[in-house]
Amino acid sequence: MFALNNSQQEQRQYRIRLIIASVLILLAFGTLLTRLTFLQVLRYDHYQTLAENNRISLVPVVPNRGLILDRNGVVLAENFFVYTLEITPSKAGNVNQTIDELAKLISITSNDRKLFNKFRQESRNFESVPIRVRLNEMEAARFAVNNYRFPGVEIRSRLFRNYPFGKQGSHLTGYISRINEADLSKLEDNDELSNYKGSDHIGKGGLEQHYERELHGITGFQQVEVDADGHAVRVLANTPPVPGNNLILSIDNKLQEIAEQAFGERRGALVAINPANGEVLAFVSMPTFDPNLFVDGIDQDTWKMLNLSRDKPLINRPLKGAYPPGSTFKPFVALAGLENNKRVPPFSISDPGYFSLGGSHRYRDWKPEGHGHVDMRRAIAVSCDTFFYGLAQDLGIDKLTAFVSHFGFGKITGIDIDGERSGLLPTPAWKQKRYKQDWYAGETVITGIGQGYTLVTPMQLAYATAMLANNGVGVKPHLVSSIRDSVTGVIRPLPLETLDRIPVSAANLELVRLGMTDVTQPGGTAASIGAGAPYSIAAKTGTAQVIGIAQGQKYNASAIDEYHRDHAWFIAYAPADTPKIALAVIVENGGHGGSAAGPIARQVMDYYLLGKTPVKTFPEAEESSGVTVPDIPVETPHD
Amino acid sequence: MIKHLLSRWIQHITKHLDQTLFGMLLLLMLIGLIVLYSASGQSAGLMAKQGLNLLIAFSCMCLFANISPQRLEIAALPLYVLGLLLLVGVTLVGETSHGARRWLNLGVATIQPSEIMKLAMPLMLAWYFAKREDAIRWSDYLLAAVLLILPVGLIAKQPDLGTALLIGASGFYVLFFVGLSWRFMLGIGLTIAAAIPFVWPMLHDYQRKRVLILLDPSQDPLGAGYHTIQAMIAMGSGGLAGKGWLNGTQSRLDFLPERHTDFIFAVFGEEFGLLGVVLLALLFLLIIGRGMIIAANAQNLFGRLLASSITLTFFTYAFVNMGMVCGILPVVGVPLPLISYGGTSLVTLMIGFGILMSIQTHKKLVSS
Repeated sequence: MFALNNSQQEQRQYRIRLIIASVLILLAFGTLLTRLTFLQVLRYDHYQTLAENNRISLVPVVPNRGLILDRNGVVLAENFFVYTLEITPSKAGNVNQTIDELAKLISITSNDRKLFNKFRQESRNFESVPIRVRLNEMEAARFAVNNYRFPGVEIRSRLFRNYPFGKQGSHLTGYISRINEADLSKLEDNDELSNYKGSDHIGKGGLEQHYERELHGITGFQQVEVDADGHAVRVLANTPPVPGNNLILSIDNKLQEIAEQAFGERRGALVAINPANGEVLAFVSMPTFDPNLFVDGIDQDTWKMLNLSRDKPLINRPLKGAYPPGSTFKPFVALAGLENNKRVPPFSISDPGYFSLGGSHRYRDWKPEGHGHVDMRRAIAVSCDTFFYGLAQDLGIDKLTAFVSHFGFGKITGIDIDGERSGLLPTPAWKQKRYKQDWYAGETVITGIGQGYTLVTPMQLAYATAMLANNGVGVKPHLVSSIRDSVTGVIRPLPLETLDRIPVSAANLELVRLGMTDVTQPGGTAASIGAGAPYSIAAKTGTAQVIGIAQGQKYNASAIDEYHRDHAWFIAYAPADTPKIALAVIVENGGHGGSAAGPIARQVMDYYLLGKTPVKTFPEAEESSGVTVPDIPVETPHD
Repeated sequence: MIKHLLSRWIQHITKHLDQTLFGMLLLLMLIGLIVLYSASGQSAGLMAKQGLNLLIAFSCMCLFANISPQRLEIAALPLYVLGLLLLVGVTLVGETSHGARRWLNLGVATIQPSEIMKLAMPLMLAWYFAKREDAIRWSDYLLAAVLLILPVGLIAKQPDLGTALLIGASGFYVLFFVGLSWRFMLGIGLTIAAAIPFVWPMLHDYQRKRVLILLDPSQDPLGAGYHTIQAMIAMGSGGLAGKGWLNGTQSRLDFLPERHTDFIFAVFGEEFGLLGVVLLALLFLLIIGRGMIIAANAQNLFGRLLASSITLTFFTYAFVNMGMVCGILPVVGVPLPLISYGGTSLVTLMIGFGILMSIQTHKKLVSS
């Protein structure tokens, strides 16, 4: 054992070891240099020949991206070939001069140059970068004649994506755009990078992103013999690409069109679902944008305009817009009261026009003089606030949120588009954590009418409405109903998934549904929406506050900035006895649910159930500023 | 006034820099940037990023050069324990990427705990033996072996063979310099040789493949042997004087994979030939030599052990990388130090050099 106590002896030993290590290091480097001399001097000729003949290169062949079709086979996203003019910087010499020369032949805008420089930064010097896309025949021919003057510049035929309906349904389809560094590192993490060799584009947003794996396909490879400059001379072997699969949606494109047109210039969202199987029939986010803008690379100005616009056209409102539900929350609160035996029919109240909490604090009904004698069914039909203030108070916040959470509030529905928000079902524990404050009794009271902290997305509200229509059974909403295999042509339906099943008593459910059916009958808050319909509609109107109105003050729409006006909600399903469609509509800053959002819902239902296309003048008749609609009881905002 | 303060400040920072070492490192990095420009296909974006990496690495080196070895001694044990805990964390809840579990998401940032270990291992062992300086027994070696094997095993399991190898080496070097007996080392060598038939079936498929391909690269020319074959063609066709900067056909025509990271040495060899390679090897040797001198002149056992371990680890980096590129060692993921593109290992390496400088410049006047 080398247990050394003497410091000097130890130092000497250390020196010896240091010398041994140095000798070993020199030996190692000697080995290395011997090996390198062997490779670089003795075997130089051998490797030189190998390098010369090293001409078999693997060239990726990009697969055709899958199509997106609506339920009737209407194409919503397709591919087409375009001629692009591309420069390989390492071969082109002075790139800027080349572009100047090219600009004399074909039009190259300053924007084209900006994009070129952006793409060039993201790619390697020997990769070709597009300077112009979508060349027409004339331009292609003009360049072809002058091709000899431009080394390193060539015309390529590339596959591009086209969305034939442009702005319509853009939040649904999403778009594809050039692969950036973030995409690359994500692909690398998922070990998918090799499948994207040669691919320029990747799905961003909407179905293009969610179903990227289905749509992209499998990249093929060609073994190509190349000359010393890397140009392909001959194809030696070929593994053809496998095209991406086609998505077949549950969306009805015509319905989508009618719904979007019904919004006109207004902002908002609509989601229509088949309650029996969760198929989403229409998915509207207004305003929209043109996804075709993103395919070639969007220019800075347009991007800024879209991104900074006060109307926020890039926001996917059905999934990312979280709003207070307002009175559309009442049917769910009603069911919570019935199921918890806090309201047992024929319970009724006499509404003085306000609810008094602890004798001191008054919560006003939207109707100052009150609704008089009100039972559960009528409370829903006339949207009686007083009734629901008291119900929420008796129920307590914990029981209320616990029950309504069965309808999917406070959690994502899991629809097949990424980035869904979960909304919010407030509880005292949540408030303590978020604001470090106690829960006030008054906050329970206003939760009863869907005000306060509660937030829902249009998607959630549509799903919850579909559950009401489907006897308390919630089927996971989805946009893609089946996928067609591009090779075999076999259509594979995606499995349905039951998410929630509320063990609710048939009698209680029936009572709430009768109340909702009364909403569109004379005397209900949306009687005008039911007027003249050959089928019965179960519905609920709602108003979501944007700014608080102090107690004792009156809400005056015309005196408030448009962007601060209340949001209008409308939920419905029809036919009321055998529901085939359930939907939720929000018109941002639209004011009153019945008058602003209801007509949109009616047009969608008319088309879906009757095949009736709307008369053009209908939506224009009621602008968002329409404060009073004579003869129709319209809900006015609370508090 | 401001000028005066600034010069005082610069003086304060540079006081603890070893000028010889600093100059050589700077030269090596400059060569690295020149090769990277070619290997990356003249990508300005990549150059800018590597420039930033170098800046960060140099700052870290300056920072550590100004921390005295006494402070490092204090930090040894806590750093080692932290590193070990994080490694256990990776095994339990680490993030998987490329089939390897190496990263830990701490909410604010994703870290690679094995990088901490690269510094903590030599620090810990050097500190331990320095503390036991007067009475080192065989049981101390046993404990050191446990301290060594635990993190190395965890890292090898991730699996990250290259890093496990480097950390294992850095620990072994401390043992070697503290005076581990030759008989013992021979025993370990024989044990490892005897263990190969048992360890072989436990290796991952790709690891086994790499060893087999090393023995015969032509076995799988388009698959696992592709890296080695193409790198050897690049080196060999470079010849004595090379094909010239930016003229390497192997890299330009996209034949050479990972050419700006682990295989950058092949690009260098192709474009600058044997002459260039010899000069580069000489620069590496000079840096290693300077490290050895610093180690030999260190004032106490801790400084000696730490400095020699850091220097030899740097040698290991360079040798393993060059060896794998010219086909005498298996392909393990070890970058060519200060030349390969990448920030993480660069920072760790430069911190190591910072520590070397600190050992050199923080000497106290003591009578011996």
